[in-house]
Formats: sequence, C-alpha cells, structure tokens
Amino acid sequence: MYVSLNWLKQYVDIDNITPEELAEKITRSGIEVESIERVAPESTNVVVGYVESCEQHPNADKLNLCQINVGTETYQIICGAPNIAQGQKIAAALPGARLPGGVKIKKAKLRGVESHGMVCSLQELGIDEKFVPKDVTDGIFVFPEDTEVGTPVAELLNLDDVILELGLTPNRADAMSMLGVAYEVAAILGKEVNQPEETYQTSDSKAADLVSVKVEDAELNPYYGAFVIEDVTIAPSPLWMRNYLMAAGIRPINNVVDITNYVLLVYGQPLHAFDYDKVATKEIVVRSAKQGEKIQTLDDQERTLKGDEIVITNGNEPIALAGVMGGANSEVSDDTKNVLLEAAFFDARAIRRSSKHHNLRSEASARYEKGIDPNRVQRAGAYAARLLAEYAGGKVAQGIAAFDELDREEKQVKIDTASVNNRLGTTISDEEIASILTKLQFGFEQDNSQFTVFVPTRRGDISLFEDMLEEIARIYGYDNIPYTLPEGEAFAGKLTTKQYLKRQLKQYLQGAGLMETITYSLTSKKRTEMLVSPDVSEQAVFPVKLKMPMSEEHSHLRLSIIPELVNTLSYNVARKQENLGYFEFGRVFLSNEEQITEQPNETARLAGALTGTWMEQPWQQEKKPVDFYVAKGIVEGIFAQLDLGPVFQQAQVDGYHPGRTATVSLNGKVVGVVGQLHPTVQKAFDLKETYVFDLDIAYLMDQYEEVPSFRTIPRHPSVTRDIALAVDEAAHAGDIQRTIQEAGGELVQQVQIFDVYQGEHMEAGKKSIAYTVLYQDPTRTLTDEEVEASYNNIIENVKAKHDAELRS
Amino acid sequence: MREKLEALQAEAIEKVQSSDNLQSLQDVRVAYLGKKGPITEVLRGMGKLSPEERPVIGELANKVREAIATALDNKKNLLEEAALNEQLQKEAIDVTLPGRPVKAGGPHLLTSIIEEVEDLFLGMGFEIKEGPEVETDYFNFEALNLPQDHPARDMQDSFYVTDHLLLRTQTSPVQARTMREYDGNKAIKMICPGIVYRRDTDDATHSHQFTQIEGLLVDKNVRMSDLKGVLLEFSRKLFGADREIRLRPSFFPFTEPSVEVDVTCKVCDGKGCNVCKHTGWIEILGAGMVHSNVLRMSGYDPEEYSGFAFGMGVERIAMLKYGVDDIRHFYTNDVRFLSQYHKA
Repeated sequence: MYVSLNWLKQYVDIDNITPEELAEKITRSGIEVESIERVAPESTNVVVGYVESCEQHPNADKLNLCQINVGTETYQIICGAPNIAQGQKIAAALPGARLPGGVKIKKAKLRGVESHGMVCSLQELGIDEKFVPKDVTDGIFVFPEDTEVGTPVAELLNLDDVILELGLTPNRADAMSMLGVAYEVAAILGKEVNQPEETYQTSDSKAADLVSVKVEDAELNPYYGAFVIEDVTIAPSPLWMRNYLMAAGIRPINNVVDITNYVLLVYGQPLHAFDYDKVATKEIVVRSAKQGEKIQTLDDQERTLKGDEIVITNGNEPIALAGVMGGANSEVSDDTKNVLLEAAFFDARAIRRSSKHHNLRSEASARYEKGIDPNRVQRAGAYAARLLAEYAGGKVAQGIAAFDELDREEKQVKIDTASVNNRLGTTISDEEIASILTKLQFGFEQDNSQFTVFVPTRRGDISLFEDMLEEIARIYGYDNIPYTLPEGEAFAGKLTTKQYLKRQLKQYLQGAGLMETITYSLTSKKRTEMLVSPDVSEQAVFPVKLKMPMSEEHSHLRLSIIPELVNTLSYNVARKQENLGYFEFGRVFLSNEEQITEQPNETARLAGALTGTWMEQPWQQEKKPVDFYVAKGIVEGIFAQLDLGPVFQQAQVDGYHPGRTATVSLNGKVVGVVGQLHPTVQKAFDLKETYVFDLDIAYLMDQYEEVPSFRTIPRHPSVTRDIALAVDEAAHAGDIQRTIQEAGGELVQQVQIFDVYQGEHMEAGKKSIAYTVLYQDPTRTLTDEEVEASYNNIIENVKAKHDAELRS
Repeated sequence: MREKLEALQAEAIEKVQSSDNLQSLQDVRVAYLGKKGPITEVLRGMGKLSPEERPVIGELANKVREAIATALDNKKNLLEEAALNEQLQKEAIDVTLPGRPVKAGGPHLLTSIIEEVEDLFLGMGFEIKEGPEVETDYFNFEALNLPQDHPARDMQDSFYVTDHLLLRTQTSPVQARTMREYDGNKAIKMICPGIVYRRDTDDATHSHQFTQIEGLLVDKNVRMSDLKGVLLEFSRKLFGADREIRLRPSFFPFTEPSVEVDVTCKVCDGKGCNVCKHTGWIEILGAGMVHSNVLRMSGYDPEEYSGFAFGMGVERIAMLKYGVDDIRHFYTNDVRFLSQYHKA
C-alpha cells in the first residue's frame, strides 16, 4: 500500500511531524513502513507555460519551434513531442532547472536554432511510466486550460509529495485504505480522523425504478447496492485526483473509472461502474457461476468459469466477475452516458477462490479477500456518487437499488486489566487502558478494571481477548514491557543420545579430514535413479515427487545423498579444487507407494565422497591418492564410534566399480555401501577416481548401546601365533579372517592381517596373506596344548574352505 | 708398599686422562682394578705385613682404588657426553622445512550456527525436537491456526506432494506435534531446528530450501515479558553482551500478539550503517504469544496455560554474523567457502 502524505493530511493532522519520524512511529507500533520516497525530489524551476506558437523547426522535420509564455517572459524552446500544439498549457523546464536523474537544463542550439529550456513529459518529471495515463506516455503532459501560467509544476503535479510504502501483514486489511491509515496514525499521534463529505444532490429519477437487484445467495453476497448516475460526461478526472492515483500506483483512465478507484483507495471499499445502457435488461442478478460459462474481463481475457465464482449478471449472462474484475460487455467507455455504480459486500473466501483460480488479482479482489468493513459499503457508494456529480456532471438518482442482509454489528470483546498485565508482564493501569482504547477510537464500557470493547467493524481482525491484548501492547509500546525470565519449574536441557551421537559422529568425520556439506533434498528424477545404496534399493521404494515442481532439477525428494555429494565434488573439481573429502549427515525420503498418499519414511543417512590426493608431503616425495581403503577406514571408524562391528562383502552395485565395492552389513543386515564410483559415472561427472560411502546411520544409531557393559581388563598373558597362507589371488582376506576367527574358538581375541604379498617366490595366480592370531583368556593363563589345538583347527579349516596352503 | 701404591695411582690416573675413547678407558679399568690387576696383587700380599701395617696399607689401597675408580667414572662421563654431543650434531635437521600436513575437515557453517543456538537454549533448559519434512497440511497449517483459504497461506507458497501432504514451509509443525505429545498437561520448553522449503526462485537472498530454528515455551503464567527476557539473553549470547533488542508488531497466524525482533547492529553499534540500512537495527527473529486457538487445538487449555514461540532463519543469522553475501553459498558447498569457517 502506497500512502501519499499530501493525501493523508486531508484525514489526519500530520503537520508537525517529519515523514521519517512518522514512518518510524508507524513501524514501531504496528505496520512496517518499507520505504519513504519523495515523488520527484529534484524538480526545480519547472513551471506551467502557455504555447503561444508552435511551428516546424526550419532544419528538422520532427522538431517544433515553440514560443512558450511563462507569465513573466516568453522562451523559445525546441520540442520533439508529437502531441505539442499551440494553445496548450505545458510543463516548461527553464534554463537552470534540475530534473530527476540529475538532468540539468541549459541553453542549447539544436540544428542551428537556440532553445531555452525543455517541455517535459510526466516521465521526465519523475513519474513512473506505468502510472502515466496512456494517452500521454509518448508525449508531453497537457494541463487543464484553467491552469495558471507560471505556477511551479511541482505543486500542480504533487511532485513535492512523500510516499510511504506500507508492508501490510494479512491481518491488517483495515490499512488498505487512506481512512484506515488515518485511524492508525491518529491512534499513534493522539489525533482525530476527518471524514469525507458524503452528501449529494439527487435528481428526480429513482434508482429502484431504473434497475432491479436480485441476489441468489445472501451468504456469498449479503449486500448489493446499485446507484444510478445519469447524464455523465466522460472526461479526464481532475488533476489532483490523477496525481493521487499515480502516487498510489494506479494509472488514471477517465473521470468515472478514476472516481471508483479513488474512492476504493479512500475507504478500502471496491466499487464498480457499469455502463448502465449496456446492462440492457435493467436488471442485476448476483449468483454463482455456471460451470463452463464464459466471460470476457476488462483485461480482454476470455475466462471460462469453474462454477464456484460469484458473477454479476444482467439476468442472462455475466457482466462482471464479482469482486475481481468487470466484464468487457458492460465497460464504461468514452460514449457512456449513464452509470450503474455497484457498492457491494462479497464473501472473502469466495473472492479469494475466484481470484486464485483465474490467477487474477485486482485492487478490488485484494481487499475483498481480506475482508472489508460492512459499515463503509454504502458510505463509499455515496461518496462516489457525490464525486460523479461534481466531476462527471452526473445526476444522481434517488436511493439505492439494493439487496441487504448484511450484518453490521460491532463485535464485543471483554478484557480486564489484571489479565492484560498477567499476559504481558506489565503494570498497566485501568486509566491507561481506557486512554489506549480512546486513541484507537474503539467504543467501550468500563466497570473499574473490567472493559467491554465494541470493536469497530473496520477492524475485522479483532475478535478475541488476545487480539485486544495486541492492540493494547502495541499502543502501550513493546519497549515499555519489562524483561523477565520464565518462573516455571527449571528443566535440565540435555541432548538425547541420538543427538549426542550425531554430533560425535560429525566430529569424528571432521577429525578424519572430511568437510561437512549440506545439499538440497530436492533433486531431479534422474538422480533418484542413480547411486542408491543396496539396502535402500532392495526395499520397494519410490521417490516422492512434487505436484508442481519449479524445475526438473528440483522435482523429486532424494533417495540417496551420494548423487548430490558427487555433484558437489564435480562443481569443485571444475573450479580446480581437486583434493576433496566431504560428508553429509542428512535425510532421504523413502515412500513405499508409487502414488504417494502417506508421509514417506524420512531416514537419516551418513554419506561421504572423496577424490584426489589424500595425503601429500611434497618435499618428502609422499603423495597418497584416495583409495578404497581410505574410505573403508573411515567407515570402520564410524562403526568404532558406535562400538559396532561391520562386515564388508564384495558386491556388485549399480553405479559402482564392480571390483572395488563392498556392502557393509551389521548383524547379517546390509546397512550401506562403500566403494569406487563406476568409471562411467566418474566420467559423467568429470571426476577422477572417486570413492564414496553411504550408511543407514539411523539404524546404526539404534543399535548403539548407551552404556556398554564393562569388559574385564585381562590380567593373564596373551599368546600369539602367526599364520602365513598361500591362497588364490582372488581370495578375500576378510573371508579367511572370519574363518580363522570362527575356527579358532572362543580363545581367539583378535585376528590381524600383517602382510599381503604377491610376486617373486609366489606361484603365479597365488598370493600370500599373513595373519597374527591373538589368544587370551581373561581368567587364566593358557596352556600350549589348547592353543595348539585351536591353531590346528584353524589350519584345517582354511585349507578346506579356502584352498589355502600353509607357508613355512 | 706405600710407595708402590702411590705410584700405581699416579700411573693409572695418567692413563685415564690420556684415554680418548670408552674402549681404552675400559682397558684401564680392567688393567688396574681387575681381579688380576696390581692393586689386587698388593692386597693379596698384605699377609706378609705386620699387624700394625696391615690396616694402614689396607686403607691406603682402598683409597687408591677409589681414586682410580672416580677418575675412571669422571672420564667416562666426559667421553659419553662428548659422544652424545657428536651424535646430536649429526642428527640435526632443517626445522624450517614444512611439517607433515594433518588432514583437517570441519563443520558446515549452518551446523556451527545450529549447534551454537542449540547449546544456548540447552543451557536455558530447553530440549531439542525434530519432525518430518514431508508434513501433513494439518500440522503445517491447520493446527497452526491457518485454515484452508486463510489469506496468510499466501505468505509462503508451498511445494505440495499430494492435496494434503507438502514439504513443510516452517518448523512450526514440530511445535504442534510436541504439544500433542505432551498431552496438554505438561510444561514445554523446546527448540526445533530443521530444513524447510518454499516456492522461491534461488537467488542471492532466496533459497527454495533453508533452515529454521523455532522455539516454544508453554507453561502456566507465561508472560510476554518472559519472551523479551529469553530473547534478550539469547541475542546477547549469540551476538555479544552489549546488544539490545526491540520488538515491532507483526503478524503470524499462530501467535497473538506477534512481533518481529530486532537486535542492535553489530557493524555500527546501532549508529546506522549500510548493513542495517541506517536504522541501527537488524531483524533476527519472529516471535509472539502462542495463539489460544493453537493451544486449544493441540490439547492445552488457554485459560490455564500460556506460552511463547519464536523462530529464526539460520542462513540469515549466519549471513549477519559472518557477512556472507549470497545464500546460495550454503548449498553450493564450494570448498573455498566451507573451509573459511573451520577452526583447523
């Protein structure tokens, strides 16, 4: 909402306050002033001039040589505007003038002829082109004939005005009008509100004889009033009115339309002017639209109606989309003689639906959908009738042809001083409350500290105790509320185990050299189909799809973090950042329905991606690229943080290198994957060797035992045995390790691989793996015999299961 | 014999002094103090002495022995020290060469802010709650006093998944869920950090995904002054002990009264600068007293309980606190951005 302060002055006294101070006060007590703008701060030395003569420039076809009389002197000015003509009154910028944008007017020679100034368009005087009347957008502005020559144009065009832009929250629909803003300012400054003069002279005609009004559904349209104004003359509206409309961001059109818009801005009450003669049936029927019914609106769009819109009809066909926009078939035009003026109250929800459905927002719908004041409908109509008589020469018929079931009652809200103070933490007195209610111009009855407030109907947002509480608090001043701390019982704030673990895991990964990322949850369909961890893809899961995505790239919720991390690596590598280690602790969204109806399973995953050099010490010639074991080591560390033991198994996973990928399992359940990206995926993302891991961290955290049971610290010595085995080069060390562990029996505490070798001294196709087996019993010293027995069993088993040979 | 012993001592000490390595020193030790050495020999011949002479010579012999041993030890220490010094000299390295780098990761800036805020509120006795990001229309809107067709729904255009499921536009549904969980008869002190989504085109100041932290306190006799007190405490801990706050009226459907909270600008100390658009204040939070409809819908009797709620955008806090100029940085994850905020 744009508020012209020159205009506002007519309703409330703001003479003794600067625009900046006023804006600050408005902002602090209820409505944010988003900007303070002067219409044209730099226009000086621009005055009204009379075009005494206008001839073609001797050396230029498109220029005119004009003699402009500004009262004291006559200036020769060359003007290129196509609409300039002898006898006009125009805006002349004289030498020394400054125009918006820093333009300085000087004496100049144009094609050999001297020019002493410039004739200005409204745009050149600082008015935004979109608000300039259409007939003068391409030329100069022409003042009415009775304008006095020599008058500074700043006054005439309201260029000295200051415009406040209000950022209105949806509850403050009352401030979508000059009167509403006046009430707000009056409450803040402790002033009165001056009401417009709404009386008018009537003709002998009676509105009820000229038109009949019928409303089918009083819920949707509790009041419809039709004024009839005969014998109007369509012309430009008075300059002051055009100025205010432009200041408010509305383009002037003609006197009739401008008056409806002007009154809408004053009262917040939308009005619509029909060409009475085009409503040939002399009948207004308000009803719900029929499905498939068509109407051409004033913006020249043909609209097919859905069925739940309210339409104004002539009894046969729609002539307006009620509360949103008029129809072309009943539009006021230059030939209009008689006007049917609608002042109505429509149901807010119905207008909102209608406006939303047709994606059509107007000044009218913006007000209707937020709720208008039932007590201003007729007043606004009357004021418009008065203005139509005054500025369009119309004769106003007596009375209003109306349908009226409108509730105009004021709501009552009871408040008491103690409750107000209890809720605010203040010590406001009864007198202060009474004084605040008076400032707000709310009627009330007071019984000591009990108040019954009669809320004016302009404030449709107030119906409850807390609504009144807010009114009192904001006028009392939030700065005057003290600072206290809650008095309730003290809680101990503490992270839950999982919150704690999440932090701990993140810290571990940071310590391990990975940086945390946060990537978008919304991704493309294509990315939901790639690099999904086998524990996810083995379930029947579907990605969650948006109904109306803004773009293909953000149309589905992710099933995996990995594609986002890989994309992040790719982004960085493309910027010459080549050695990267990232992790993300985030959610994926798994639905088990192809057509989603229920909330999906949102589950936490912990994923990482690494590429480039992992360790480097150039002067010692050390350079270790990331490899599978770096990624696996990090994964093992994650499990160690949770005190869990993972099992890794070679696996074929889509998008992963077939020979360098393992599933990660816990208790026989696959919980994730670690491996190298498939070279084709790497290539698609312009990456070199890249390793990733992806774990169902939600499940893993569930398995964590909060207080692990105590393990006795061994007091008896341990025994170790080394076993070197020759096995097939494709054999998996981990499988053999598990065999050793199982065959060794309970005494085996640990099996470690200390050497892997292939090459000289080894048969082709074979490799050597050496293990150290650690035996221990915490309660006693072991005997040679039992260790020997275990050892022999191990050898027997590895020979049998892995075709291993013992190396001596 | 006395002369012989004294001569032996002089001779041995002379040899000790002239030894220049540990081996020759050891040879001297063996030669003079060994079982076959001259001193032992002297002592063996003591039987031939008179009873008066025996203790005198014995004592002398021991003195000579000790003197030689002491000389040997001293010389040994000297030689060892010299050897050590020589070794240390050989071991010297160029300490100006660079060290072996330790790979250092770090948290995302948003995580740092979230954890900082969490810790502040944990310290004030709040717990941390989470909720789903794909939310029902009921919890995202209706339970928060935003019925169908409410004009305030325009304030936040949403990503719908079905007619009744959407990506949450705020973390407030977690408040409604928590109130339900607490059965309408327990006090609540919680904050809920989380990711939210709105239909915005990504640019320097808008992001279709962003992070909020909201808080809720419900108890008997909660006052608006308590909200001011808690937010002042929070703002001072987060932005500095000399910060002030102010409340401006605003509108949120789920609170009434509703306010926006400004903190004095850190850059200019409230004097006015470009960062605070010359107002001296920077908006950091939305807040208010929980609307009675919200309390009632979630099972709390507004006659008995009252509460306050507040919410902030984590990206905005990060941008203010660290001067980050483009919200997209948080989601692009450029390593040159991420690593600026690591303490490594």
